[in-house]
Amino acid sequence: MSLLETRSLTARYGDFQALFGVDIRLEPGETVAIIGANGAGKTTLMRAITGVLRSAPDSILYRGAPIGDLPADAVMKRGIAMVPEGRRLFPSLSVEENLLIGAQHKGGRDFGDALDDLLTETGRDLRRAFFGPHGLPPRRPGLALGDRLRAAALGPHGLPRHDAGPQHTGAGYWSLETVYDLFPILRERRHSPGTALSGGQQQMVAIGRALISNPDVLLCDEISLGLAPVVIRDIYAALPRIKASGASVIVVEQDIGQALAVADRVYCMMEGRVTLTGKPSEIGRADIHAAYFGAAA
Amino acid sequence: MIWVDTILQGVLLGGLYALFAAGLSLVFGIMRLVNLAHGDLIVFGAYLILVIVSALGLHPVVGALLAAPLMFCLGWVLQKAVLNRTLGDDILPPLLVTFGLSIAIQNGLLEGFSADSQRLSMGALETASVAVGPVSLGVLPLLTFGSAVAVIVALNQVMYRTAIGRAFRATSDDPVTASLMGIRPDRVFATATALAMLVVTVAALYLGTRANFDPAIGPARLIYAFEAVIIGGLGSLWGTLAGGIVIGVAQTVGAAINPEWQILAGHVAFLVVLLLRPRGLFPRGQ
Ligand SMILES: Nc1ncnc2c1ncn2[C@@H]1O[C@H](COP(=O)(O)OP(=O)(O)OP(=O)(O)O)[C@@H](O)[C@H]1O
Ligand SMILES: [Mg+2]
Repeated sequence: MSLLETRSLTARYGDFQALFGVDIRLEPGETVAIIGANGAGKTTLMRAITGVLRSAPDSILYRGAPIGDLPADAVMKRGIAMVPEGRRLFPSLSVEENLLIGAQHKGGRDFGDALDDLLTETGRDLRRAFFGPHGLPPRRPGLALGDRLRAAALGPHGLPRHDAGPQHTGAGYWSLETVYDLFPILRERRHSPGTALSGGQQQMVAIGRALISNPDVLLCDEISLGLAPVVIRDIYAALPRIKASGASVIVVEQDIGQALAVADRVYCMMEGRVTLTGKPSEIGRADIHAAYFGAAA
Repeated sequence: MIWVDTILQGVLLGGLYALFAAGLSLVFGIMRLVNLAHGDLIVFGAYLILVIVSALGLHPVVGALLAAPLMFCLGWVLQKAVLNRTLGDDILPPLLVTFGLSIAIQNGLLEGFSADSQRLSMGALETASVAVGPVSLGVLPLLTFGSAVAVIVALNQVMYRTAIGRAFRATSDDPVTASLMGIRPDRVFATATALAMLVVTVAALYLGTRANFDPAIGPARLIYAFEAVIIGGLGSLWGTLAGGIVIGVAQTVGAAINPEWQILAGHVAFLVVLLLRPRGLFPRGQ
């Protein structure tokens, strides 16, 4: 069984279809790179896996269990962490708080969960009483920020459902201390606002913030974007330790050389489809060129 | 000396306005939601305390302590079941919905309690005063002001020293990325409104003990709360206290010059601050 697998995964933004039946796999311990030109659908694929965009349940399997329809927080709690494109640090939080926020929702049920369940159940009963057994038709997430906010707040189906699946414990190697050991500069800047750091340092915070939940799967979306080559080298130097901590990794990369250097397997995407798959040693430059830019190459 | 007295009274009155405003400020700071029913929720809280006090024969402070958990749960349900659904890019839905809520609360209270004005009695405390040098300050206004400071300190501690405060700020920054961190924005917003309703309970206690109240006075409290929040700078809790004090002092000074000017002077002070510092005294961030 693969650790993570997508099966004929589709995704759309309103009327625009961004993914057309994407199949990828991630085996335990692997590093997989996803490459492709701007607009190929790489970020959309990451958004679908992490639950920011919802999909059909069976189109994403994690340890064999369907997770396609889970909201982002539930996916994260199962052990899939994300370093989002553009880093997206929280401007109101210091470096250390940005890191801690990644660790604070690892599982366990609290008062809020109990109250939440009570409300959700009551709401469901009420809806059933008013609208019959099938309730209201589900809502769909749309394009606008308003819809995205609403989807984040409520989920596309109205009231959020509780995720009863196995919760990731979050126990493991990564803590504030081990993240600071990995990126020592962050210890020095721990009290600065996250957004007062250089691009490379911000990227380190974003990686640390994802690691600190001790994920089994780490998704990195263009972590080298906009950074100087030496900085990129520093950041990728962390990869062996990340792998040694037990995480399997998917990196989205525009830099083909970097992708081929770190990955066990590569997927190349174009216009919402996977156009090439293989081990870096097995695929040639011409193949990549064709998969990247289309058959005309 | 009379002026020192007037200004001190104004500062203490500002504590009351800051209490009215603190919950509004908290909710706005976290989810950019302007709750037009905020004043009516304070009035609702005062009636809730009144019911508890008269049913069980308790002191209003004890009544408020009992009302607080009920108000907390009410805030949670209100946010989860109603207000979360209005949040989004468009600022109109929350305004319309909370405006409707305001009218519903006023009419509900009118049905239940009639238009007669009510009062929570603190007994001898209401007229007690202490002499500070040459001026004499009421114990109840002093308590109000002390409560306002305590509330603001407590909210700041929650915001900047606790995990839930971290989640408040992160969700306020970027709800989508927050959800990638395992945070449920709907839950965070519900907690924030529940917390705001605890503050509303404190405000309700002093609303009910310092003057008469009836079902229709909510919107006027909302105006003071609004002005305090805007004078202070949106989203800044200490700014909200400062804003309350500005209005309070303007009102007592205005009243000292001409008793008819009390209310007007508060609003004029608000307009003056808005002219001189459109983003308020303590604008947050950026
Ligand atoms: N929020 C959105 N609304 C509408 N269309 C979108 C949205 N986000 C992405 N798209 C479209 O979906 C397609 C795939 O975009 P995506 O961001 O997944 O590409 P990408 O491979 O990550 O590109 P890049 O390398 O530039 O990051 C593009 O055509 C893009 O225009
Ligand atoms: Mg992208």
